[in-house]
Amino acid sequence: MALKHFDEASFNEALSRKGLLVVDFWAEWCGPCKLLGPVIEQLAADYDGKAVVGKVNVDDEPELAQKYAIMSIPTVMFFKDGELIDKKIGVMPPQEFVKVIDANL
Amino acid sequence: MNYDVIVLGSGPAGLAAAVAARGRGKTALVIGNRWQDSPLAKAEKIDNYLGLPGRSGYALMEEFQKHAEAAGVKFVIGRAISLMAWNGYTVTVGADMYQGSALIMAPGVVRQTKFPGEQEYLGRGVSYCATCDGMLYRGKDVVVAGRTPDAPEEARFLQSIGCHVTYTAPRRPDTLDEGIPFVPANRIAIKGEQMVNAVSLDGQDVPCAGVFVLRASLAPTDLLPSLETEGGYIRVDRAMRTNVEGVFACGDCTGAPLQVAKAVGEGHVAGLSACEYLDRKTA
Repeated sequence: MALKHFDEASFNEALSRKGLLVVDFWAEWCGPCKLLGPVIEQLAADYDGKAVVGKVNVDDEPELAQKYAIMSIPTVMFFKDGELIDKKIGVMPPQEFVKVIDANL
Repeated sequence: MNYDVIVLGSGPAGLAAAVAARGRGKTALVIGNRWQDSPLAKAEKIDNYLGLPGRSGYALMEEFQKHAEAAGVKFVIGRAISLMAWNGYTVTVGADMYQGSALIMAPGVVRQTKFPGEQEYLGRGVSYCATCDGMLYRGKDVVVAGRTPDAPEEARFLQSIGCHVTYTAPRRPDTLDEGIPFVPANRIAIKGEQMVNAVSLDGQDVPCAGVFVLRASLAPTDLLPSLETEGGYIRVDRAMRTNVEGVFACGDCTGAPLQVAKAVGEGHVAGLSACEYLDRKTA
């Protein structure tokens, strides 16, 4: 169970730590987000112990969506030591995320 | 449910492919617009389809559709908005997901020309999916660039969840809600800095936070960027295989001649090739 489901508090807590944080902003009513779901779960399993992989439901956490100017979902954001380093918008195969993660571990 | 074959496109090529797959005992799902909205259905007279001269496009389409339904082809009416080639092929339509073991692209000729700024601001104010992204624009000004019969319906949806919608098209659609402001325009350009802040409609700037571009279908390369094309058409071999394993293409999307007979023939080959691919995979 490596995949985290963040609320604002747990997200900020994760952000305050050193290391790589990968966050998928998603919602229940978004088909493409459902498509990306299994990929994110796979990443969480593959990088267990190396990177923190989690999801933010933009319906439950509108302030986080607002803060990070999410305008299209799914949006996957990559933070290193609390700094935003990259962002991928839309559905794409796992390799695209793996590339960013591997380059920043 | 997982289908053996998913076909994107409900014109002659897509239906022929699905019927061919059914003929080999495979399950087939066609995802596409209403057949009545197919460009073929508007053709007054088709004179070169073997054995059936002088039919209207509408009459031909209707028979193709009946044939496919009788063959047990399943249908989903709507626009494929995203596609994932991972553990088979998964396609989303609205909030729903459909899975297939092989994929056949038969979307017809999809206008590849995008509006200026469209690609640049995709995901930063430009969206192709009202259901997906509408909620993120509640309380904000959005422009709907409608190019499909059901676009007014999507505009109404956006309005209903609290977006301030302006609708633009060359002509006002009859089905557009009275309460939605309409701006006629032929030339659209999307502007912004980090994100979209306006849309130019025939040179007139309309400030907005988002633009929903609603066309009849997404270009195959928008759905599957690794797909190779040549001169704007999908590159295929004689078995209608594309460069992506398990993905086939047929009909107008592979190039001229843009004729029903060619579409049906290619669709048939693509359907059989997809079956062969599945049989080899499971052998």
